[in-house]
Amino acid sequence: MSDMTMTVNGGNGGEAALSFHVTEDHHPENATLFGFWMYLMSDCLIFACLFATYGVLGREYAGGPSAAQVLELPIVAVNTTLLLLSSITYGFSVLEMQQNRRGPMMAWLIVTWFLGAGFIALELTEFAHLVSIGAGPQRSAFLSSFFGLVGTHGLHVTCGLIWMIVLLVQVGKKGLTAANKRRLMCLSMFWHFLDVVWVGVFSFVYLMGVLT
Amino acid sequence: MGAAMTLHSPDLARLIFGRLSLESIPYHEPILIFTFIGVAIGGIAVLGLVTYYRKWGYLWREWFTSVDHKKIGIMYIVLALVMLLRGFADALMMRGQQAVAFGSHEGFLPASHYDQIFTAHGTIMIFFVAMPFITGLINFVMPLQIGSRDVAFPFLNNFSFWMTVAGALLVMTSLFIGVFARTGWLAYPPLSELPTSPDTGVDYWIWGLQVAGVGTTLSGINMIATIVKMRAPGMNMMKMPIFTWTALLANVLIVAAFPVLTATLALLTLDRYAGTHFFTNDLGGNYMMYVNLIWVWGHPEVYILILPAFGVFSEVTATFSRKRLFGYASMVYATVVIAVLSYLVWLHHFFTMGSGASVNSFFGITTMIISIPTGAKIFNWMFTMYRGRIVFDVAMMWVVAFIVTFAIGGMTGVLLAVPPADFALHNSLFLIAHFHNVIIGGVLFGMFAGVNYWFPKAFGFRLDPFWGKVSFWFWVAGFYFAFMPLYLLGLMGVTRRLRHFDDPSLQIWFEIAAFGAVLILIGIAAMIVQFGVSILHRDKLRDTDGDPWHGRTLEWSTSSPPPPYNFAFTPQVHDIDTWWQMKQHKWTRPTQGFLPIHMPKNTGTGVYLAALSFVFGFAMVWYMWLIAIVSFVALLAVAIHHTFNYDRDYYIPADEVGRVEAARAGA
Amino acid sequence: MPQCDASGARTICVLPIDRRTLFAQQYPPLFHSVASVVSMKTLRGLLLLALPLALSGCHTVLMSPSGDVALQQRNLIITSFVLMLLIVVPVIIATLVFAWRYRESNHKAHYDPEWDHSTIVELMIWSAPLLIIIALGAITWVSTHKLDPYRPLDRIAAGKAVPADTRPLDVDVVALDWKWLFIYPEQNLAVVNELAAPVDRPIRFHLTASTVMNSFFIPALAGQIYAMPGMQTTLQAVINKPGDYQGMSANYSGDGFSYMNFIFHGMSEDDFAKWVAQAKSHGGMLDQATYTTLEAPSEKDPVHYYGSVEPGLYRSIVNRCVHPGPDCMDMLRMPGPGGGGEASASTDSHAAMPMAHPQ
Repeated sequence: MSDMTMTVNGGNGGEAALSFHVTEDHHPENATLFGFWMYLMSDCLIFACLFATYGVLGREYAGGPSAAQVLELPIVAVNTTLLLLSSITYGFSVLEMQQNRRGPMMAWLIVTWFLGAGFIALELTEFAHLVSIGAGPQRSAFLSSFFGLVGTHGLHVTCGLIWMIVLLVQVGKKGLTAANKRRLMCLSMFWHFLDVVWVGVFSFVYLMGVLT
Repeated sequence: MGAAMTLHSPDLARLIFGRLSLESIPYHEPILIFTFIGVAIGGIAVLGLVTYYRKWGYLWREWFTSVDHKKIGIMYIVLALVMLLRGFADALMMRGQQAVAFGSHEGFLPASHYDQIFTAHGTIMIFFVAMPFITGLINFVMPLQIGSRDVAFPFLNNFSFWMTVAGALLVMTSLFIGVFARTGWLAYPPLSELPTSPDTGVDYWIWGLQVAGVGTTLSGINMIATIVKMRAPGMNMMKMPIFTWTALLANVLIVAAFPVLTATLALLTLDRYAGTHFFTNDLGGNYMMYVNLIWVWGHPEVYILILPAFGVFSEVTATFSRKRLFGYASMVYATVVIAVLSYLVWLHHFFTMGSGASVNSFFGITTMIISIPTGAKIFNWMFTMYRGRIVFDVAMMWVVAFIVTFAIGGMTGVLLAVPPADFALHNSLFLIAHFHNVIIGGVLFGMFAGVNYWFPKAFGFRLDPFWGKVSFWFWVAGFYFAFMPLYLLGLMGVTRRLRHFDDPSLQIWFEIAAFGAVLILIGIAAMIVQFGVSILHRDKLRDTDGDPWHGRTLEWSTSSPPPPYNFAFTPQVHDIDTWWQMKQHKWTRPTQGFLPIHMPKNTGTGVYLAALSFVFGFAMVWYMWLIAIVSFVALLAVAIHHTFNYDRDYYIPADEVGRVEAARAGA
Repeated sequence: MPQCDASGARTICVLPIDRRTLFAQQYPPLFHSVASVVSMKTLRGLLLLALPLALSGCHTVLMSPSGDVALQQRNLIITSFVLMLLIVVPVIIATLVFAWRYRESNHKAHYDPEWDHSTIVELMIWSAPLLIIIALGAITWVSTHKLDPYRPLDRIAAGKAVPADTRPLDVDVVALDWKWLFIYPEQNLAVVNELAAPVDRPIRFHLTASTVMNSFFIPALAGQIYAMPGMQTTLQAVINKPGDYQGMSANYSGDGFSYMNFIFHGMSEDDFAKWVAQAKSHGGMLDQATYTTLEAPSEKDPVHYYGSVEPGLYRSIVNRCVHPGPDCMDMLRMPGPGGGGEASASTDSHAAMPMAHPQ
């Protein structure tokens, strides 16, 4: 791990020459990205539970509408495209960040934000439509688990959007400092993670739901 | 605001107070009134004393806002000890009720109260005693053991602690405002769903655990990052002290299990608040899924508690046997195997739910397999004592009591893992005896060993051994008196959670159990006396060189209590028993060449966030939607505001480090 | 049965160790059945030590049951217990011996502060528990399948096969808040808080619940199984001795849980017939309306009989169709909203819930 500060006297003096403390300044490696990765894994488990719940309850229509009856693939296709594109634009933003070009970096982040916001807007439209035709989360266990899973993902994206605004302000004020770069990398991991989860939601809920 | 103005006053009151009204205060329950008066007097006395001695500023600056892992660890343990008193008071009342409620005698607790008590007892003991105890111990000890100056995310650590406190406060609030859950500590639906539990009880339970759970998960992430990234140079994984190993795996389990609890609680919340059908009886809901999910969290939770206790026993046994730990590598592998297997056994908590024989025997056998590495560990402790020079200080006495007690508890556990045997013993007092046997005999004994062992490191003086031994004997004897009769009662076919019995021939056993509980009460009292006496005699018990037990690991290489920066120079590690090796090489503490030390700054944000979480949780329990929204927005605002603070660290100047180290040398 | 005086005096009847052999003579069937399970001769000595320990109290109904299933479970408990004692007893003794022998003040004991590894010892400490668990795992696999509560009985007692012409007695059990309803479909009879069955005839319980989870448990008869709303579990058992036995809910179900008890009567065939006739003479019919009244939460309900039962009532309770509406699973399974409300035609199928028994 932090091997650059190893100061063992290279074997010439035998045991007695062992050094037991580091005389220069010792800084352990920054753990933020690792810690954030751990957080993402724990979040992943929350999604795993929700997927499992959907797996168990996904066919419990309780006399109400089935997945095939209420889910509309065209809207979701647009939705999915928006989110996948937003991951790519975030990638561009990170590339600019690595070049220390603040302006383009922020521009790409703003594009990402609008793509994400478009995703949320479409999702909310879909939810409103479902509720209006009597297919709200209270209708059946299938719909509860559908709203639970898709809604939790949407909530995460919303948090990501808020975070993005905060970071835009912070980068605007402080520039691309080490701390801000670290934060941008965390958000990047978060955003790509949500993309991956969405691929699961799209295939497992929408595609399989409409196919059956 | 304009809209609120036009509302009629009952609507306005409802918007603000939700379903909270004067009737929610249980002033008709004499037990609760007396408790409240007691708590109020005690609370006012404490607050008064703090005010009188003008310690608020000190507490706020040096403790509440501290990001020092040592202080946070101590605060966790204080929380655990305070909550232990509450949880034990519940236990005493249960034992009392069951000892008298026979035949025509209904006892002194009505069902509505008794059912809250056993639910609160389980919830508090697991979430707010055992968990803070282990988190506190890990917090205090682990960074010292790995030669680090703090944890990876010091602010997060402070925040996690206060979230745990907020959760505990929510549960405690239910004593005096409204009611607590009457569902058992895991709140199985359909019983915990709105139709059968319409009052605030389950909601207090949900929000208390949810708020505390956030803290636990974040703390788990923090500890893993600390162990993985911040070990002293030279300390590769197989040179980590065994307590650090168990801490690592316990925290991996936390991160891998608590999200499941979070998700499960969230789904139950949606059922209760939004009318969804995850676990309901109707419209396709499936409560059996809840039982599965909650145990997917619940079983690893057991190992989250016991693994660090195993770590404590390993450290204590090696230290007091004056000998290397026997079979370090096999200890590590055993711990890893236990951690992995703990995810493959959850179904043994409900063999009786009607799964097929193959499913049941699969989970039964995986459960038994866990006893192999556990057995290996017990042998390892035994062989650590073998050819040792064992000093029976209080901590070591707990080890011996643990091995004997845990062997019995482990045996009954394996018995319960045999599905047909479990059909007879499930939900019986035999089961109760079993898990108290492992949780008290394992976790709690471990924590007590740990407290006696590391107390001098934390405060600079040892705990009084006489009162420690008094407490030890009353605890151990009390445990056997309280729980051995329950094994027998289980074999007599007596079920758990009963508040009244018809068969008078059972009564004597419950009386013996109640007697045991009284012995434990004396044990707890002796423990409090032990703290008091030790503080009074602290000069006599002073630990002057930082190594009162002839320790083996790095925490004993620094002073007691350690300076804020733990180590003036980062240690260089060559061996598992680093400090032992340092002593053998006659290592001398450097007295010059100090460098400025980079440290994190204290912050009150954790306290604010947790306070707002408490308000939010309370508002949600009582359907106070307005306050809930306001506090949630405030929560977000404070969190975001905190991210605008880039000024989070400072340097301790080299000459100040020099002064502190010189003072140490002089002592 | 080793019960102490049933008059209710609070006496502890601990079986003294020196009466061990007397005990074996006094209760030969118990002794022999236990011994027959553990055939390994080396275990027998330990078993003799273990018995008084396990039976040292009075009323340990699980250790002296009256039904064949419970008896086999008891034997399994003792076998497993003895197997584990093989390792636990030496561990406890060795721990205490080591703790004493290597105490600081004993300078005669060998002290070796660097001794931290021995391949032989490591091998031993991993293989000893492993061997025990292999044995116990094998026993577990076999016994779990043999004593699966869903599996029809193949014997009514050790060495007594179920006669070919015997049909099991069907009892449909409903756990209500907070009382038990037993429906005898064959006898067209329903009873609240009392259960009876003839000895030596297999009983097949089907179980469900009205609102929350309960657990149906008659310790003298057989192990428990959950009774759960909207789904059905099964328990097969047989009672071998006439007598009155305690039955209860073993899973906390709310405020009235403590009183959710009933008496189970094991009776001769004749007595059972008389009991049925007597119960049926109370008249009254359990139909949807009376069930709805009965279902309302209540505590300490007296024993109550219904001379006849509306056909299909139990099935509609399982499928939550007593009150027609959105709860009813039969309706819910129909394709499209608002399908017909007829009770499901399939018989004896478990409610389609995950984790239910895969039969």
